[in-house]
Amino acid sequence: SSASKMSNGGFQPYNSPMDQLGLPPPDHASSTGSQDGDRGTRSSAADPAGSAFFSGDFKKHDDLRAMLESSKDSQKLEAMRRIIAMVAKGKDCSDLFPSVVKNVVSKNSEVKKLVYVYLTRYAEEQQDLALLSIATFQRALKDPNQLIRASALRVLTSIRVPVILPIQTLALQDAVSDMSAYVRKTAALAIPKIYSLDPETKPQLMGVIEKLLADKTTLVVGVAIQAFEEICPNRIDLIHKNYRKLCELLADVQDWGQVVIINMLTRYVRTQFLDPAQQNQKQERQNPLDPDHELLLRTVRPLFQSQNAAVVMAVAQLYYHCAPPGYMNIVIRHLVRLLRASPEVQSCVLTSLSALSASSPHLLSGHLKCFYIHSTDSSSVKLVKLDILTNLATDSNFPVLLRELQAYVSSPDSELASAAVRAIGRCASQLPDTTDTCLNNLVSLLAKKDESVVAEAIVVIKKLLQVQTSDHSHMIVDLARLVDGIAIPRARASILWLIGEYCDRIPKIAPDVLRKFAKSFLEEEDQVKLQIVNLAAKLCVCNPKQARLLAQYVLNLAKYDQNYDIRDRSRFLRPLVLPDPSVAEPTLLAGKRVKKILLAPKPAPEVQSRFAEKSPFQLGSLSHLLNLRLPGYQALPDWPAEQPDSSVRAVAAPAPAPSSMAAYSRGGVDRISGSSDESEDEDEDEEDDEEDEEEDEDEEEEEEEDDDEEEDSSEEENT
Amino acid sequence: MIHSIFFINNSGDIFLEKHYKRVIPKSICDYFFEEVTKNSSPENVPPIIQTPNHILISIYRAQMHFVAVCKSEVPPLFVIEFLHRLADIIKDYFDEVSETSIKDNVVIVYELLDEVLDNGFPLATESNILKELIRPPNLLRSLADTMTGRNSTVSATLPTGQLSNIPWRRSGVKYANNEAYFDIVEELDAIVDKFGGAVCAEVHGSIDCLIKLSGVPDLTLSFVNSRLIEDASLHPCVRHRRFEVERLLSFVPPDGGFRLMAYRASCHGNLPVPLDLRHTISFKQASGNSGHLELTVIPRPPSGRQLEDLVLTVPMPRAVSGASLVASAGKYSYDTASRTLVWTVGRLDSQKGAGSPTLCGTLVMQTGAPVPDCRPSILVSFSITGWTISGLKVNRLDLHGEKYKPFKGVKYVTKAGKLEFRT
Repeated sequence: SSASKMSNGGFQPYNSPMDQLGLPPPDHASSTGSQDGDRGTRSSAADPAGSAFFSGDFKKHDDLRAMLESSKDSQKLEAMRRIIAMVAKGKDCSDLFPSVVKNVVSKNSEVKKLVYVYLTRYAEEQQDLALLSIATFQRALKDPNQLIRASALRVLTSIRVPVILPIQTLALQDAVSDMSAYVRKTAALAIPKIYSLDPETKPQLMGVIEKLLADKTTLVVGVAIQAFEEICPNRIDLIHKNYRKLCELLADVQDWGQVVIINMLTRYVRTQFLDPAQQNQKQERQNPLDPDHELLLRTVRPLFQSQNAAVVMAVAQLYYHCAPPGYMNIVIRHLVRLLRASPEVQSCVLTSLSALSASSPHLLSGHLKCFYIHSTDSSSVKLVKLDILTNLATDSNFPVLLRELQAYVSSPDSELASAAVRAIGRCASQLPDTTDTCLNNLVSLLAKKDESVVAEAIVVIKKLLQVQTSDHSHMIVDLARLVDGIAIPRARASILWLIGEYCDRIPKIAPDVLRKFAKSFLEEEDQVKLQIVNLAAKLCVCNPKQARLLAQYVLNLAKYDQNYDIRDRSRFLRPLVLPDPSVAEPTLLAGKRVKKILLAPKPAPEVQSRFAEKSPFQLGSLSHLLNLRLPGYQALPDWPAEQPDSSVRAVAAPAPAPSSMAAYSRGGVDRISGSSDESEDEDEDEEDDEEDEEEDEDEEEEEEEDDDEEEDSSEEENT
Repeated sequence: MIHSIFFINNSGDIFLEKHYKRVIPKSICDYFFEEVTKNSSPENVPPIIQTPNHILISIYRAQMHFVAVCKSEVPPLFVIEFLHRLADIIKDYFDEVSETSIKDNVVIVYELLDEVLDNGFPLATESNILKELIRPPNLLRSLADTMTGRNSTVSATLPTGQLSNIPWRRSGVKYANNEAYFDIVEELDAIVDKFGGAVCAEVHGSIDCLIKLSGVPDLTLSFVNSRLIEDASLHPCVRHRRFEVERLLSFVPPDGGFRLMAYRASCHGNLPVPLDLRHTISFKQASGNSGHLELTVIPRPPSGRQLEDLVLTVPMPRAVSGASLVASAGKYSYDTASRTLVWTVGRLDSQKGAGSPTLCGTLVMQTGAPVPDCRPSILVSFSITGWTISGLKVNRLDLHGEKYKPFKGVKYVTKAGKLEFRT
């Protein structure tokens, strides 16, 4: 086909650079042959369908090929832009690979950039052809321009072709000692790429990581730690010498790097220092923190004020897992602040807070109102907030909370309404003193018109009555009266179960209910049918006089039901409650024993928060959120029992701050930032400022006027 | 960390995809679509979706889902914040985040996507740096390019910001007119119960800047009553120590627009909600198939100020099929698809005695549907210019390090955040 001819034509001039690489020459003949084969089958597969679309598509790619071959940069650029637009949409453009790869030598920076982007996307699928570009990158790695060196390294290591692994590793090792911090950063980012291509390279990569960890520029440390986390997260010993430097640079590292560093240091602290909470118990007063432990807590603290929620969360979890207990208030305050961020952030933070509210509700008790539900919250946020509110319920805040929960019950969002009913139930079982109030409240809900709320209320009442020791027969009577009007099977089943369980308390009504349900048995849902069978059996034991015939009738119906569970239940219960006098030995299963079996006291179901059990995962991690150990999750180590050697962190000479940082340090701990630095550098300016003082006053007035002007303009816009 | 990113619109088209490691087939998004169909509205799609081998972490912004695919442990907020940053960058480049703006500039967006992450880890996310690497589209420049024959949006040299100690600022900034604008916007979040009492109320403020200053200006912004600021978050450019000690903002700003600070305002005692609402909503009337609605707004703006952009939104239960109402001011509309009543009152001029606007009339109920007994909430939005509800005020702005005198402007606005009245 014409396409294959073209690609073969494209090969010739590029064979020579291949040889320079000293690589085993790839088997061109076979590879292109197989490719042609592929293409052949594809086009022939399209032909029988007679599709004009495919051939049209090929033609379109043909003119792109022609444009790529053209000598004009503008043509090439246009072609590349169109190709990248297709790649972005997820369309397959791999057949253009031979034409595109040639342009890797282009002088136009955008053409080159787009070719790089294309290469990283398709190199894996076209390994042999991708090799043609390698020589260009090798040359670019020696370029005096740092951006060109860095992007060459980036693309070279992004090409997932195992054959070039030695070249990649070599380039990486050179780049680690590059003059430019930007190139070194690119090198750090390249480490995980090479590792994923071949895990055997680990020993070499470790050397590289060790070198990068010692780097003192803020640009590099973040990504170096990221590489450390991906390759050798357990080699905590590599961190010792860099610990203090990391603490001091932290404030000036890019926010993404901060997250990674803080998460790693959390594990470090847990292996190298003693538990600050534990020390309290052993001795009368709290031991002073290790100075290095304190150093971290101190340097990290300003980052609570980061605009990046991920950084705030990282600091919060560090304090949560590693700080003395007294600091928890700050943690909570800043986590609560994040609730104002985007809905997605809110949802994640709420999950963490929900875990905290289950394990230590006292920490959050002051922030109860932050978890009040707005009708505009997303449904998952509403449910988590409700969970937190319920966890925070105490005897003292209960009246306020109940009023709030009642407001949710009448919300138009029926999912929230049902959940609020469940929450009232949970409050009742958590706080025994409030059970009566809650029960009365739930009963009053039965008058509601919203069926799902009524059904939920019945289910909750059922659970609560099981726990209650006092007599609530009037409530069961009320429920029995309601059952006709309720269509939701779950609720009907719950009422029937209650009547059966407490049939001796309502001897007059129970048989009547059974009579009604025996009539409607055939129309009921399966779960209701099961409960009718149960009710029949229990009544038959307690009140055989009135119920025996009814029970027999129901069991007969159930015997021929379509559902095997119901048939089984009927077969199982019949010999117990209606023993066949000719077969069974009446002494074995006399009435009283059957009653003990059927009406044995049953443990009440426990209603718990999702995070009732303390999660073993690091707060704020994805594993914690999903409550599932994900690959790559590094477990939080337990505190050591003995103080590990603290001299390992000592560095011969105190690491001097890189000169570039001195002029502008935001969160620096010991270096005083801002004002003092300026006072030295900018004495002249200060004098000027003093002279300007008066003028400034005038300016302020101007400013006021400006205000008014702005207001006016905005008012005009509004009208 | 992030394996792939997909952009998905509301009709379920994957209109852009970028892979940072091995290619992950689009079919992974089927799990996402499953969740979309499960949920009534796109806002309700959970941000984190677990699939057998991957985790999908997504944000919903400007009618689009930005979906990131991860395979292993990663801080979830890291990915969410990154996706938001990405949307911010796109907004910064093309003035708006929308499907059209992305599709129109698909190549630049793809180049950006290539630049913001390397192997799934953030590389450059400062828009000042990115703008030097990849130039944003600009009519004037494209004209100039055609004239000079230059045609490339990609820079050949490393932005100096990358290596400087103030990586957020572009180098070599020059303006003929030096200007600095500060917008102090406060939002009132509150729930008012049916008796008119505030169940909870909070004020959150932010300072957004537009700085067009030449060279490397060093600014100091101080407040008259800085004690009002609680729980602040600061842009990385703000010197933290000075804020802690002196409660003022000292910084070398990035070039262009950015958020300098966000804060919670401390408000002791009761917050004055600048309006009151009387309401009766009933879905049942003796005469049969109609309900009754009456809303009255009683404005209580601070003296000399006016309530503007007043809009009341009432999401109705499904059983309300229409409304025939009379508004004494503004316009109302009833969207039968979403069953939402929107009353756009507009501006309330207190001096001219606009009084208390009312909306009154009947609600048409669906025949045969049971009478709902839920209580809808009324969502209120408004704005008041020239006033902050907390009372925060800027004292002065000083410029060091440069000789020129900039034009300075401060604007105060108070808006309703999540403000709702329960009925």
